[in-house]
Amino acid sequence: MIDAIGRPQSVLVLGGSSELAQAIVAKLVPARCRTVVLAGRESERLSEAAERARAAGADVAETVAFDTTDIEHHLAFVDQVFDRFGDFDLVIAAAGVLGTQGVLERDPVATASLLTTNFTGLAAAMVAVAGRLRHQGHGRLIVLSSVAGLRARKVNFVYGSSKAGLDAFAQGLGDSLVGTGVSVMIVRPGFVVGRMTEGMTPAPFSTTPDAVADAVVKGIESGAGVVYVPSVLRWVFAVMRQLPQLVWRRMPG
Amino acid sequence: MSAPLGRRGLLTGWGRTAPTAADVVHAVDPDIVGRAIEEAAASQSAGGRGIIARGLGRSYGDAAQNAGGTVVDATWLDAIHKVDVASGVVTVAAGVSLQTLMERLVPLGWFVPVTPGTRLVTVGGAIAADIHGKNHHIDGSFCSHVLEMTLVTPGGTVTLSPASDPDLFWATAGGMGLTGVITAATIQMIPVETSYMLVDTERAPDLDSVMDKMLTGDDAYRYSVAWIDCQSTGRRLGRSVLTRGDHARTEDLPERLRGPPDRGRAFVPRTLVRVPFTPPSGLLNPLTVGAFNEFWFRKAPAHQVAKPHHMAGFFHPLDGVGEWNRLYGSKGFLQYQFVVPDEHGETVRKVIERLTTVKLASFLAVLKRFGPGDPGPLSFPMPGWTLALDLPIGYHALDELLDALDEQVVSAGGRVYLAKDSRVAPATFRTMYPRVDEWIAVRNRVDPHGVLRSDLGRRLGLCSDRSAPSTSDGRSRRRTSRPAGTKRVAPKRGGGAPSPAKTTSTTRRTDTTSTTRTTDTAGTARTATPPERTGT
Repeated sequence: MIDAIGRPQSVLVLGGSSELAQAIVAKLVPARCRTVVLAGRESERLSEAAERARAAGADVAETVAFDTTDIEHHLAFVDQVFDRFGDFDLVIAAAGVLGTQGVLERDPVATASLLTTNFTGLAAAMVAVAGRLRHQGHGRLIVLSSVAGLRARKVNFVYGSSKAGLDAFAQGLGDSLVGTGVSVMIVRPGFVVGRMTEGMTPAPFSTTPDAVADAVVKGIESGAGVVYVPSVLRWVFAVMRQLPQLVWRRMPG
Repeated sequence: MSAPLGRRGLLTGWGRTAPTAADVVHAVDPDIVGRAIEEAAASQSAGGRGIIARGLGRSYGDAAQNAGGTVVDATWLDAIHKVDVASGVVTVAAGVSLQTLMERLVPLGWFVPVTPGTRLVTVGGAIAADIHGKNHHIDGSFCSHVLEMTLVTPGGTVTLSPASDPDLFWATAGGMGLTGVITAATIQMIPVETSYMLVDTERAPDLDSVMDKMLTGDDAYRYSVAWIDCQSTGRRLGRSVLTRGDHARTEDLPERLRGPPDRGRAFVPRTLVRVPFTPPSGLLNPLTVGAFNEFWFRKAPAHQVAKPHHMAGFFHPLDGVGEWNRLYGSKGFLQYQFVVPDEHGETVRKVIERLTTVKLASFLAVLKRFGPGDPGPLSFPMPGWTLALDLPIGYHALDELLDALDEQVVSAGGRVYLAKDSRVAPATFRTMYPRVDEWIAVRNRVDPHGVLRSDLGRRLGLCSDRSAPSTSDGRSRRRTSRPAGTKRVAPKRGGGAPSPAKTTSTTRRTDTTSTTRTTDTAGTARTATPPERTGT
């Protein structure tokens, strides 16, 4: 159960290899999170993350095979995980890939695949998760969105639109869950300097996985619905969204 | 399938933190309790999430919540079954509040044996938390005055006395409702002549002097409590207002308070004001609380003897303000109450020192002395000092601060009070209550399948956190994983099933009628869900 100060005792990560999710888990485990389940494609990175959680003191730190695009099995998968590990106080929807815009623009299959991973598949998994959370009568669903979804940019609009879809979906889901004991928190980081963006030039107001994790933990504590990292992006994007298309299109980067 | 009993609602404790949703069953008659427990037991194998009783919701944390399961609103059990005016033995339904007992019985010359800082608790809750009052050093805790109680367990209804089944009786005393639903109790009241108290009030300039006064003087008073200013520092650290007294006899009162026959015994409490809405968190901050504390300290007489005070004001000053918990704002608050043995009185000082260093506003800090505890393995009181602090949520390092206080309390051999708790760590709890395994053994006897569950129980590992039951030990895992990709018939859920919130809003009804026959639709949604996951 999440306690009065917002500390969860168990967490399920959909997309357990996500650097952001792992940074969040690294903050939760020392703060009493006893059960960590990382769902994702089997990889060394995934099992190493579980190993780290165990070393940090989690009683249960396991990996389970999960593919966001395997939509048909999402319901069975989620049931299986909840039946096996018990309640989850926190579920982090973290799966996502950035893709290479140049490739995506010319490859409809790659575009569809990215959209399925980042949006369609993850949203479907969130439906299954929401069902179990609603049944257990408590829990928080954390959705890793991005400011890239607030207004699509020509340099990454495939990724951006996948996040836009996810973000809108999460907003609606959150509203539909009011009164059920379950709540949704949307996290909108800016440019995160990390593995996903290796080799790229950081955009203004860039942040780090650690800073995102701090903001998320604080958001859980305060019961926030939307978290921007850094928080100034809330205001930056309030302006950005109003820019005329002509200006927006010509923004550098 | 008969109509489901409950209706989904969001619940929190008095601290207004960590809300969870449960199906609330109004216990309009005692039979419903048994039926609800049966139903909860029957649905266990299909993903049911157990049942817990709830009284007036004055536990600060998650004791009377049961996420995804059933919560029995026991305030409906409000009958006064039997009163023996000659002996002061009363038998009441468990939902009767201490306020009702006082209103009805003070005029007859009987007072509740133990009252906490609020009279808005039920008798069932008083037993489940084994509450204490300002007279613990003399009279012990509430359950010491309970002669008999009726407990509905998954195995059936039992009548318990300390002699008939001492293990179950004392596991229920302080057992936070996890041994069954208490539906009635017989209590030995204490005789009083008037509804007034004779109170001695004195100010103490610092913590040492107030603790010294209490150590040497408390035995001469039936009731004793010190209010501590947790914000003054240095020489004035722990300056206090100590109030002590006893029930006034008729001849103690001035003529005007005696009045016409029986007026001196009238107990008609009133709520003076009500907090009409929840202000933003932060209203109670070091500045405002500091100002209040200053005022409160200066307002108290330096030394005053045998001043008549009405019971209501003496015992329950905060009950005059309806829903005062809202003052802490939308983020809510918590109460940290611990006890440490006499020889570790210095822990009280360490805790207060620690609080003053972080500039946290503790509006209410109350120091009391405890006498010997009772045999309940989860009962809170033990001989020594108990300090209770109300703290707003929002201070960024509250978690670390309280964990540090836990450490000090544990190293002093003390513990925190479960009725107030909303955040202690499971391992710390086990250290604080070393007899928990005794308690679990008794619970397993009366509730082998773990039907009685609460959020507090889940949080502390006292009951299972699984939707589908595995074993009574919530940690063990005997389920085998289904091979990946195995097909199973899974009707649409989430998207397909109507959400309980939606369905309840479509079926509007008045409170009383909604209690027995509840929304079919909500229930169907709920009962339709489980079969999906029975196939494992």
